Amino acid sequence: MKTLLKVENIETFIGQYHILQGVNLEVREGRVTVILGRNGAGKTTTLRSIMGLTPPRRGKVVYQGEEIQGLATHLIAQKGIGYVPEDQGIFSDLTVEENMKLAIRKLDDATRERQDFVLDLFPDLKIAWKRKGGNLSGGQKQMLSMARAFVNDNKMLLIDEPSKGLAPIVVEKVMESIMEMKKRTTIVLVEQNFIMASGVGDDVFMLDDGHTVYSGLMDDVKEDEALKKKYLGIAI
Amino acid sequence: MSLTLNLLLNGVALGMLIFLIAAGLSLIFGLMGVLNFAHGAIFIWGAYVGWATYGLTGSFILAILAGMVAGFIIGWVIERFFIRPFYDSHVAQILLTLGLMLVLTEGIKLIWGPNILGFDKPELLQGVVTILNDPFPVYRIFTIAVGALILIGVHLMLTKTKYGIIIRAGVQNPEMVQALGINVRRVFSLVFAFGAALAAFGGVISGPSFGSIFPELGMQNQLAAFIVIVIGGIGNFLGVAIGSLLVGVTQTFMAYYVPEAALAVNVALMALVLILKPEGLFGVRR
Repeated sequence: MKTLLKVENIETFIGQYHILQGVNLEVREGRVTVILGRNGAGKTTTLRSIMGLTPPRRGKVVYQGEEIQGLATHLIAQKGIGYVPEDQGIFSDLTVEENMKLAIRKLDDATRERQDFVLDLFPDLKIAWKRKGGNLSGGQKQMLSMARAFVNDNKMLLIDEPSKGLAPIVVEKVMESIMEMKKRTTIVLVEQNFIMASGVGDDVFMLDDGHTVYSGLMDDVKEDEALKKKYLGIAI
Repeated sequence: MSLTLNLLLNGVALGMLIFLIAAGLSLIFGLMGVLNFAHGAIFIWGAYVGWATYGLTGSFILAILAGMVAGFIIGWVIERFFIRPFYDSHVAQILLTLGLMLVLTEGIKLIWGPNILGFDKPELLQGVVTILNDPFPVYRIFTIAVGALILIGVHLMLTKTKYGIIIRAGVQNPEMVQALGINVRRVFSLVFAFGAALAAFGGVISGPSFGSIFPELGMQNQLAAFIVIVIGGIGNFLGVAIGSLLVGVTQTFMAYYVPEAALAVNVALMALVLILKPEGLFGVRR
């Protein structure tokens, strides 16, 4: 299976704080790679480092064989990486339609097909099409954020805690949509909700204190209570 | 025409002039978070270049175009060489742009001298019209009309074009715009230059309205522009227009009834808005 993304020993600082102290990741094409860890482990910073929003000071980020650390964020995004941030990043003054229009890099038949696909996944967005982003519910914002990331021909999506703050029924919807999107793209998922993560994930990397402390298959992690307790906190 | 209506119309005309300088500053401050204290200097440079072109060619339209081109170029140079290295430092921005304000103002004195220069109205826009049995200057109606056209034009650009969507999104969350693959820095440069061109346009239009120009006129109008942006709302174009009208009308009425308090009232209004709604009456909270 082809490696799409390789993160090699990255170290990232936020101000004077040494957040990532050696993070390694390998993302295989067509799979959902889950990044797990306690609060403050460095999961979000890892995604932000890949996107160039918080660039790593040391180490490498290799995407499709090309080193992208140090590139401007918009150039990294143009290489085919979609990003769904933890706070969803919805522009509250723009309508759902305008949020989608903004996201589309090239409007062609393939993009229209992907937009139709994602709007069928999230029919709520069709109903709220002319509504401003600020007037959407939390679940709708999450759906819009994911739809925006998916609509372009992105080979990889980075999704940060999509279940955060959502009702269980909405979490289920988000999970289903990830499973559908997984058929068409590669996903890197940061999640604190292990139940959700275990339902969609294939590969797992665990972070602790800015280091990668474990890598393996989700099926193995599901069975290892000691591992989960050690790095994810209270027993799941 | 009653005194009240007369003052109101004059206030609206003044508000439109303030709007022309504040509009560009709102986009610059709103999108880029840049505190550009040289904005007034660009305004007055537009006025002087317009004045010189009008003197040379006799064409007010050419004067406007020349002023706007000058504003665009100055704005582009300021953003490219003085602002871009300091996006993360408001202190540096304030100090640099204050310095640029002084340098640009002194530059005007070097080229055109420190004295007041008369700026005649174009022949077509001279004279008065009768409104409710009272004379009202044609040029003030022109100012109101031009301000309204700019408001509509920029509003349509912001709401109907992809570029406008990018600007509105960038006002809220420039980082997310980058993450969607859009080069926000290039947008910043264009918005800065466009905002500067708007200010220069305001300068050319203001010249004949005031009847004369002098180097320090930019600094005076810049304060009004900042007050309007705070009141109307950072990054909200419509808010800036409403804020401009509010300030223009307030200033005109106060200048007639209590001239000593004219500026103080607007500053007090700004302070009140800052306390009650810091993002402005129509501003977008980030």
